[in-house]
Amino acid sequence: MRLAATLAAAALTGALAQDPPRPHPPKGGIEFQSAAVRAMQADEFANPGLLWVERGQASWNQRCTSCHGDAKQSMKGVAARHPRLDAALGRVVNLEQRIDACVVGKQKAASLPYESEELLGLTAFVGAQSRGVAVQVAIDGPARATYERGKVLYNERQGQLNLACNQCHDGNYGRKMLHDTVSQGHPVDWPAYRLEWQAMGSLHRRLRACYFGVRAEMPAYGAPDLVALELYLGARAQGLASSVPGVRR
Amino acid sequence: MLGRVQVPPTAKKGESFEIRVLVQHPMETGFRRDVNGQSIPMHIVNQLSCTSGGRKVFSAELGTGMSANPYVSFYAVAQASGEVVVEWSDDRGGTGRVTATIQVS
Amino acid sequence: MKRRDFVIGVPAAAALPAFAQQQFARTQDVAPLIAKLANGVKPETGGIEVELPAVAENGNSVPIKVRVPSPMSEADHVDAIHIIADRNPRPLVATFNLGPGAGRAEITTRIRLAGSQRLTVLAALSGNRYRISQQDVLVTSAACLDDSL
Repeated sequence: MRLAATLAAAALTGALAQDPPRPHPPKGGIEFQSAAVRAMQADEFANPGLLWVERGQASWNQRCTSCHGDAKQSMKGVAARHPRLDAALGRVVNLEQRIDACVVGKQKAASLPYESEELLGLTAFVGAQSRGVAVQVAIDGPARATYERGKVLYNERQGQLNLACNQCHDGNYGRKMLHDTVSQGHPVDWPAYRLEWQAMGSLHRRLRACYFGVRAEMPAYGAPDLVALELYLGARAQGLASSVPGVRR
Repeated sequence: MLGRVQVPPTAKKGESFEIRVLVQHPMETGFRRDVNGQSIPMHIVNQLSCTSGGRKVFSAELGTGMSANPYVSFYAVAQASGEVVVEWSDDRGGTGRVTATIQVS
Repeated sequence: MKRRDFVIGVPAAAALPAFAQQQFARTQDVAPLIAKLANGVKPETGGIEVELPAVAENGNSVPIKVRVPSPMSEADHVDAIHIIADRNPRPLVATFNLGPGAGRAEITTRIRLAGSQRLTVLAALSGNRYRISQQDVLVTSAACLDDSL
């Protein structure tokens, strides 16, 4: 009921449709989770996402070390800089696409599909090498257009519920929606293990779930619009510490 | 099958120490359906056991009510330095094994 | 035949496959299961410490810690801890077998709960003795339910 009331109020006033100021101070998504979920994520042994990090480590040892060596050095900070312009591909790519481009282009191996255990594992493993590193994505030069597209998507009303991302995540963060607390939408610890999924999932899976939630058409995994949105979210999250693997309700 | 085990690096003889286990497994209940409405068959880890220095210290029979990627922690009395071995098996013949070493003084 | 007539005309249970009937199962009488696990002995109430959230935020993963105060000696120890959820399609969640080699009768795990229900923890002690602890758990669901896959 509270959700319906919040949505109705938002729709009636229309005030929230304008660009509200960005959340201040910025807080990562985990800060809006319950104490139990926070404890699960903070558990250096029993965070279930660490199973995927380990799986990713095994893949890394098999297919990546000959070029990239020890990930602790070579991959530190890499995830925190993605999505990022890939000069060779001529477009902005997220970490999953960067890894897959390497698999297909350099290793001449079969493309790793989104949400496959191997791609989730490698993304989580590379992501974990940036733990504690501040998110810092570049939005200048050729990446600017992608950022602007992401900004439009973030602020645009969509779906049958006619909701934009900013209405919840800039305008109403910290407030309750049923038993959940609305976050600021800072994806600094994805891929994450979601209790509802009972598994690890990519940020694109999570974003698709948002589209589903507002009854909008879901972009395909890896779609340019999702990457653009991911870049915009990265820019919003600038300065927050990366903390893969996350845990969510 | 992928799993993790954690024990403290050292323990005093006669004291009990905690053993933590995390296993990657879907723990499919057999009650779920996929997006096409097809029943997803049951697939669970149903047995898990642990030895410390060759001595059996713990076992468990797990059902569909255990969470996906099951986590269990339990205790064992430290007898002698050696290997802690955790083994598990699922209802399709899949097995897994992880080990850790503990120094007992 | 109108759709409504069909819906009314077919007895609900007969129209559901066995699978679905089980899925929608109501609270089950777990007394026979408890009696079987307790070897027919009436368990003593109490003597078990259970840490379980009163309100669980996701039924897929509910943290639970069980501790049974016991000297854990050859003569007096806990042999097993059973967890029983009376609204789960299969109520016996797990059995943990301990013994004097454990030194401490304590386990922590994460379980599934198919909705709000009464959770039973049964401890089997040496000498054919049993203890039981029961408590209610409220299971809530998330606002952003996801069927997007």
